Amino acid sequence: MSSLSASTDVEPTLAVRVADLSITYRTTFERRPTLKQALVRFGRGQRAVKEVEALRNVSFEVYSRTAMGIIGANGAGKSTLMRAIAGILPPTSGSIEVWGRASTLLALGVGFNKNLSGRENIILGGLAAGLSKDEVEARAAEVAEWTELGDFIDMPMNTYSSGMSARVGFSVAVHMKPDILMIDEALSTGDAHFREKATAKMAELRESARAMFLVSHGLNSIKEMCTEAIWLDHGTLMMRGDPEEVVDAYIKFTKVKKKGSAVEDM
Amino acid sequence: MTAPSRGRDQQFEPIYHHYGPHRVGLPPLVPYFRELWHRRAFAAEMSKATMRGANTTTFFGQAWLILNPLLLAGVYYLLVTIIRGRDEPGLFVHLTLGLFAFNIVSTSINSGANSVTGSGKLLINTAFPRLLMPLAAVRTAFFRFLPTVPVYFVFHVIFLPQEWHPRMILALYFLGTLVFFSMGLAAFFATLQVYFRDTSNFLPYFVRIWMYVSPVLWLPEMIERMPRWILTLIQINPLYSMLGGYAELIQEGTIPPLYMWLTALAWAVGAVAIGFLYFISREREFAVRLD
Repeated sequence: MSSLSASTDVEPTLAVRVADLSITYRTTFERRPTLKQALVRFGRGQRAVKEVEALRNVSFEVYSRTAMGIIGANGAGKSTLMRAIAGILPPTSGSIEVWGRASTLLALGVGFNKNLSGRENIILGGLAAGLSKDEVEARAAEVAEWTELGDFIDMPMNTYSSGMSARVGFSVAVHMKPDILMIDEALSTGDAHFREKATAKMAELRESARAMFLVSHGLNSIKEMCTEAIWLDHGTLMMRGDPEEVVDAYIKFTKVKKKGSAVEDM
Repeated sequence: MTAPSRGRDQQFEPIYHHYGPHRVGLPPLVPYFRELWHRRAFAAEMSKATMRGANTTTFFGQAWLILNPLLLAGVYYLLVTIIRGRDEPGLFVHLTLGLFAFNIVSTSINSGANSVTGSGKLLINTAFPRLLMPLAAVRTAFFRFLPTVPVYFVFHVIFLPQEWHPRMILALYFLGTLVFFSMGLAAFFATLQVYFRDTSNFLPYFVRIWMYVSPVLWLPEMIERMPRWILTLIQINPLYSMLGGYAELIQEGTIPPLYMWLTALAWAVGAVAIGFLYFISREREFAVRLD
């Protein structure tokens, strides 16, 4: 730990610090943007670009040994926040500091490269995450074993069912020695056996990892698994604190807005 | 992208990350390329896995890598022979040399264009310098080129047995510029493909025309009597210097004029600079545009 920068010595227990974070990005509302479409639109003087203000002035700190739940309606900026902390989407303004390597499991259910086998995807995932080749190769067998896919592990991933590729994704994310683990709706796929196994693995990781982030619409799993929660609404931080309190406040808020919605699955 | 600080002893353990806004749309370039270099194993593995996926490591896969350009060379030779009305085996040797080298560029452009859009969830879920994707495509193109080298030399031995010269080794310079030029193009078209998904539909035509205006099917001395402006246009073509210099050194053993060395270098450096900067400046948007 001698090579850490000076700021870590001052606050050694801090895992993530998000300061005044705003993220704006431009994207298209076309499913498959093409030059042809662009020319047609240009002729009409239109543009297919929309600007998304995904996060606005969000600030919070996460200390070590925290399991942070993130709740909010669809489009509240939960996934954007996770991506920003993982370094996938750099801030438009503000800053993010992360102590440790982040491992992400953001959009589950689909494999990486469908033409390659599960084992190759495991190796590629590890290398992309920044592990060295030796580390990845040492771990690949263990990960492959953990997925319990048997012979399927050496077959192209386009032969997998969605649950099977979810297993591969989950296994890669949890086995790459993450300091900070981020899981987006991870427990919604997989059969009962795998779900149980995944939950156990996550409990184990909560002990070893520095911090864990969990995005879920299953409010009960937030209450069960997390030690803290934040609630985002339209890109702003509404509340942060004890999961029970935050979830209750969120439910109350949603009920005020729209009466009679299901509590679980929001 | 990321700007992690690493200890020298912990090469693959970026312990502390600080993410801030990009200046003029670009991430800090020195950490970016340092990170890129640290993860070169990923690009290599990506390229190897792609080649395994395409069966290029099996016997018939390898054979196809040689057969495909050979058949093409045969077709073009037939075409050129019919048009010119005379048979010239020397031209066939030139054609194979040019075609094999040109394939580095065309494969790089084609698979480079699809490298980012085809990367699926890996790109959305993991933070790494995206430039690794088109570079992996160029690596694939280069490794597909390698098995054609001995094939060329078989023809060289048969048709040009007198042309052996120590100066042939200098052709590696032009091959190098060709590879760097391809890297720039792969990055450029990978970015374009993200914004316009039909780019890869236009590319085959573009690549085909480019081949016709490059010294693949013809020798530089064949066009000497063309009007001045056409000659200028052809000589501006980056591949004129690269392929021309490459062929001249290997097949004639003569040192190409200085302007060829310089234009080849300038185009390679220019393509890398423009292609890479364009790619890196747009890289942030990839994650939100690929959903």
